[in-house]
Amino acid sequence: MTDIIKASLPGLPRRHAAERRFQLYGKLAITMALGFLVVMIGMIGVSSIGAFTQTQIALSINFDSDSLDPEGTRDPATLAQANYSSLEKAALREVFPQVKGRRDKRKLYGLVSSSAQFTLQNKVAANPALVGTTGKFWFVASDDVDQLVKGNIDASLPETSRRMSDKELGWVEQLRASGDVQRVANVSFFTSGDSREPELAGILSAVMGSALSLLVCFVLSFPIGIMAAIYLEEFAPRGRWSDLIEININNLAAVPSIVFGLLGLAILLNTFGLPRSTPLVGGMVLALMTLPTIIIASRASLRAVPPSIREAALAIGASEVQTAFHHIAPLALPGMLTGAIVGMARALGDTAPLLMIGMVAFIVDIPASILEPATALPVQIFLWADSPERAFLEKTSAAIMVLLLFLVLMNLAAVLLRKKFERRF
Amino acid sequence: MSAYALQEADNEVMAAAKPETEPLIAARNVNVFYGDKQALFDICLDVPEKQVTSLIGPSGCGKTTFLRCLNRMNDLIDICRVTGDITIGGKNIYDPDVDVVALRAQVGMVFQKPNPFPKSIFENVAYGLRINGLAGSKGELKDSVERSLKQAGLIDEVYDRLEAPGTSLSGGQQQRLCIARAIAVEPKVILMDEPCSALDPIATARIEELIDTLREKFTIIIVTHSMQQAARVSQQTAFFHLGYLVEYGATDTIFTAPSDERTESYITGRIG
Repeated sequence: MTDIIKASLPGLPRRHAAERRFQLYGKLAITMALGFLVVMIGMIGVSSIGAFTQTQIALSINFDSDSLDPEGTRDPATLAQANYSSLEKAALREVFPQVKGRRDKRKLYGLVSSSAQFTLQNKVAANPALVGTTGKFWFVASDDVDQLVKGNIDASLPETSRRMSDKELGWVEQLRASGDVQRVANVSFFTSGDSREPELAGILSAVMGSALSLLVCFVLSFPIGIMAAIYLEEFAPRGRWSDLIEININNLAAVPSIVFGLLGLAILLNTFGLPRSTPLVGGMVLALMTLPTIIIASRASLRAVPPSIREAALAIGASEVQTAFHHIAPLALPGMLTGAIVGMARALGDTAPLLMIGMVAFIVDIPASILEPATALPVQIFLWADSPERAFLEKTSAAIMVLLLFLVLMNLAAVLLRKKFERRF
Repeated sequence: MSAYALQEADNEVMAAAKPETEPLIAARNVNVFYGDKQALFDICLDVPEKQVTSLIGPSGCGKTTFLRCLNRMNDLIDICRVTGDITIGGKNIYDPDVDVVALRAQVGMVFQKPNPFPKSIFENVAYGLRINGLAGSKGELKDSVERSLKQAGLIDEVYDRLEAPGTSLSGGQQQRLCIARAIAVEPKVILMDEPCSALDPIATARIEELIDTLREKFTIIIVTHSMQQAARVSQQTAFFHLGYLVEYGATDTIFTAPSDERTESYITGRIG
């Protein structure tokens, strides 16, 4: 008997080869895309590592009761006004008695971050019994020392072309030799606001600003977007007007975000006089930007609900509103939420509209409400990337990592929500 | 009961019903257009109360279109236009003062593909009662739901899992659930659009039995592709062809002695 399967179809090997070739192209494309992603995130990640640790210097502080509290009352008001900076300076002079001259002393004091005096002040306020005692405490080092310890300052370069002089290098070396320099996890990066001093700058104010803006954005755009989508999809009579609206919504989705920023500046700030630089205005502008995305995604997911469900509801005497809200909208909700979250993720990463409404300011305080001036994560990245200090480089990368983390979390939430609420028909 | 005896019984019912009762549904010169295309031409049809009327005919002949005129489901199609009169209980349902929602509560519908809501079995039946305000208390609601499931012959299969999703049932059970959902709101008329076309023969037989018992309370109009089914379940049969109502009369007459040759060709399988 002849092999009937093998004998047939002369072009078969060629067809198989074509299929294998196509699969290879696909795999190559995916590998390249993933490769770029890994390289990009890897590079940012590597350069951000430094920002998650900080250098500290130990100094033994003598809480001299004569200078802190000359009257001996331990009155909090007196303690709060005392000169703590001199304590820290005295401690440094004690470690380096050889340093003479104003310029050298100023450099010496510069080894420790200017936050040291506040650290001491807080310690005394928390525990007034410290006054009159002596103790060793760790202080945040200045950004130059920090960069030196992290190996970002090349000591082999000639003195004139590097940030730190030979003298400063010697001091740091002496401190290291005596074990008074340490690197610890940089908690303050996540708990403090922006600062001119890189070693003190943190991301919390930007995170809060972004969170508040997104909250405003969600509260405005989600209900409005869904209502608009349900009306357009379920109720609006088809005709020239609905076509016009549909075209315009699609156009709005493609409008560059800076245009929405200009709109916010012209209308929200200048016409309605809403407070500048606030998450309220930022959120409103982002909501304008997100609305078309939400409407388009919601309409698509409403259309995906099988017409049989609509007919079933209408056929037992449900009105159109009941049909829409009891049956169609709940089934479309996962898709709507996904659309909203994807739109919000885009809003989270957008800088341009926020620049126009003044959320680009240098904000140190952590905003507690939507009416306080704030900045946002991408703007913070922009600001830090613009700063000349070497130490802001790693801060920039670290802020990018935080932003990417939030984006990943939001997209993950979108996937999980869809999985959870998705129902089969 | 043999087929012959069944027909005998049916004839008795008709003989008793026809002279004294007005037709429940009366269609007069119904024309339906989809855009420029005319789908139905001057349909005139009287549907007697508490009987099963089947609409048969080849695909695209307009029988489903006619069915969907009876609860104004065609309103959902933008380009669809209906002229002529359809009266149900003496009221023209295309009058401007007719509330479509109220009409559909009186004229229920069962679709070709079972389409339970993606909710629990209980909710599927309870929904219509709730929105139409037919159940006062929770106990009443539960009673009504169980009564409807019983009428639909489904209660024994689902009694202990009323909270299970309606979509978890088999195809035939889903279709009976849809029937339970339709009869729960106690409509006058139930429209069935090829209710068995997605079911196997056993499930089909159960639905046909069910239709036979439902006839006591409801007026049923059923679209079917199966002429055996039309012969088994209906007392009246209307044959549609290319948008025209070709022949309408008692089922046994249509199947045994059709007066139009197109009807004869169709039921003997020569066209269709």
